[in-house]
Amino acid sequence: MTPTIAILLIITFVVSAVGLLLLIWSIATNQFSHGHLAARTIFAEGEEGHGEDPAGDTVLEDTDNTIANDELQAREVADRSSRQAALAWLGSAVLWLLVGSAYGLLTSGKFHWPELLADSEWLTFGRVRPMHLNAVAYGWASMAGVGVAIFLIPRLFKTALVGGRYALWGAVLWNLGMVLGLVAINLGLSDGEEWLEFPWQVDTLFVIGGGLCAIPLLLTAANRRVSHLYVTSWYLLAALVWFPILFLLANLPVVFPGASGATVNWWFAHNVLGLWVTPIGVGIAYYMIPKILGRPIISYQLSLIGFWSLALFYSQVGIHHLVGGPVPTWLVTLSIVHSVMMSVPVITVAINHHGTMWGHFGRLKDSPTLRFVWIGALMYTLSSLQGSMEALRSVNVVTHFTHYTVGHAHLGMYAFLSLILFGAIYFIMPRLMNWEWPWRPLISLHFWLVTSGILIYVVSLSVGGWLQGLAMLDAETAFMDIVRLTLPYLEARTLGGALMTLGHVIFAVHFVAMLRRSGKERHRPTLFRSAQRARDTLEGSR
Amino acid sequence: MKHALAIMVGAALILLLATLTLVAMPYVQMSSEAVPEALEPYTTAQQRGRDLYIANGCIYCHSQQPRDPGFSSADSERGWGRPSVPGDYAYDQPHLLGTMRTGPDLLNIGARQSSVDWHLLHLYNPRAVVEDSIMPAYRFLFRVVDEPREDQHVVKIPEPYGPDSGVVVATREALELTSYLLSLDRTYPADTLPRAEAAEEEGEG
Repeated sequence: MTPTIAILLIITFVVSAVGLLLLIWSIATNQFSHGHLAARTIFAEGEEGHGEDPAGDTVLEDTDNTIANDELQAREVADRSSRQAALAWLGSAVLWLLVGSAYGLLTSGKFHWPELLADSEWLTFGRVRPMHLNAVAYGWASMAGVGVAIFLIPRLFKTALVGGRYALWGAVLWNLGMVLGLVAINLGLSDGEEWLEFPWQVDTLFVIGGGLCAIPLLLTAANRRVSHLYVTSWYLLAALVWFPILFLLANLPVVFPGASGATVNWWFAHNVLGLWVTPIGVGIAYYMIPKILGRPIISYQLSLIGFWSLALFYSQVGIHHLVGGPVPTWLVTLSIVHSVMMSVPVITVAINHHGTMWGHFGRLKDSPTLRFVWIGALMYTLSSLQGSMEALRSVNVVTHFTHYTVGHAHLGMYAFLSLILFGAIYFIMPRLMNWEWPWRPLISLHFWLVTSGILIYVVSLSVGGWLQGLAMLDAETAFMDIVRLTLPYLEARTLGGALMTLGHVIFAVHFVAMLRRSGKERHRPTLFRSAQRARDTLEGSR
Repeated sequence: MKHALAIMVGAALILLLATLTLVAMPYVQMSSEAVPEALEPYTTAQQRGRDLYIANGCIYCHSQQPRDPGFSSADSERGWGRPSVPGDYAYDQPHLLGTMRTGPDLLNIGARQSSVDWHLLHLYNPRAVVEDSIMPAYRFLFRVVDEPREDQHVVKIPEPYGPDSGVVVATREALELTSYLLSLDRTYPADTLPRAEAAEEEGEG
């Protein structure tokens, strides 16, 4: 048995190494000679240097009439074509964000007020906690991600969305799955594995709903009018392939019992982050940052290395969640090695995202989308490097089984992904509604509430979790003393969570106002600073 | 379209490779592990108790996997038991290994604490037995009656944790959950995993 596994292991390492070498070779021999052109496919002819800001009317900004008009019209057609489908997914996402936040806050409170609403089995800790996770992971993050993808794909392919109806039906099924799944957890019918709590019968709705979304994306891809596929579409297309496979495999009932069930569980739970929400978040940032700045990403070749190395390395992680547990050591080691290798795609993405920003940080002052998206991208770099560290045995022995991991999960799912999704929604909605965001102060308020909230959240859990982990390694410390030690940090987490929840309420109110086209009709983008000052910056940066 | 397809097929192939190494191979290796002779399958009551453990999300605060002393010696020093092996979970569907220790590890709770009444009281109100515990109370698994019937299991609740009037009796669910907790006893000897010292060192390098 052992030699077979050793051979297979060696094969996977060789395959990974060969893949990397192939990439290096192809770059050295200039196989990606279209890099420059490809990086510019997101701009219309002559548009480079003109930032497209949240819903600003680009034609108005184009005072010297240099941008190819037909391309801008094609973009407008693309934007209008995805309106219904994108709104259905985004609107549902905002609703689930509110539901998920409420359950999250309640869960957090129960840690330090154990008698809070404790008499009802519907509100017991062990049920509201998975309801929080599933509502934000599959309701908010996934639905918003799909909504943004539906908006971006026609734009990236410079054509109208074909078959938007399928995506609408997909949203209906997905929402139905969310409702049934959450009710099932609340009734105590959970499947019992983290990230896979929804009963497998309900999961079929997600597979069908997600599949229905793939149809318009493939039809639109077939109709595309661009010769280069921009890197964002690589990430989005791959994510849409990976998620259904992962979700289907991991939810197969009865197949994987006992300890092997645990490996499948954690392989899935980490890959749903790595191969589903990460490509979506990274892909969106790859579009938004250059688009708002009006300058192409600095290295297109690097972005492709980043993509394939993400695919190679991220798909092999997850079992490091079972370091020291009842699974074969080789398996854990494989995941640790690949977790550390993840720094390759992370660093390439960081060079591109932050390198493109370099010298243009002034734009963070006025553009809401850029501010949300870039901070999200920065947090991606941070949380990924932190994740690679956490997979190391010497760090994992402290952080495993503690609140530190929860802080890390929120750094990834929230500070990285959710901030990027917020930024993207601020960009997309004016395009879909043909209306500017009504109230500038609400965007500011939303930004400051959620960023200060997540800062308090992550810092308190990281410090508290680390201390908790150290104390647990010392068998002389009584267990209850460890519990008491964590309490102040858990209270701080509730404060952070309350700020985030308040930010979400404000965001949702603004979102609804946008749907109703409230406020005055405007022709300038709603930026953080007044229109005049923003215009001055824009002109200054040209 | 060709290009788009190539990306999607490439992405799917890489994932299939990962599935082979991280899903198929561990499955083959672990399913061939022997089931320890001393391990009994769950009785119907224990299995129903296990379903309640899942329904009420005990897993979100309690792990069921004492770690290898070579990795972290504190687990065995705390009395949580020897490192678990795949065979210990042969009857577990789904697995309940857990990833969080807001509360202690429970794989051997039945051996550490074998009193039914302790467990019932602890479930009714954890703070009645463990000062400052932050575990939720599961009072919804109990009933307050004026006169308990002969066949009802009365739980004696110390002041001031009980109801103002009447006596607390355990529901069938509370008793089943307790019988599951008592079944958590993997203290029988077991061969550890084939983790040679050499492999361990290599992993840490």
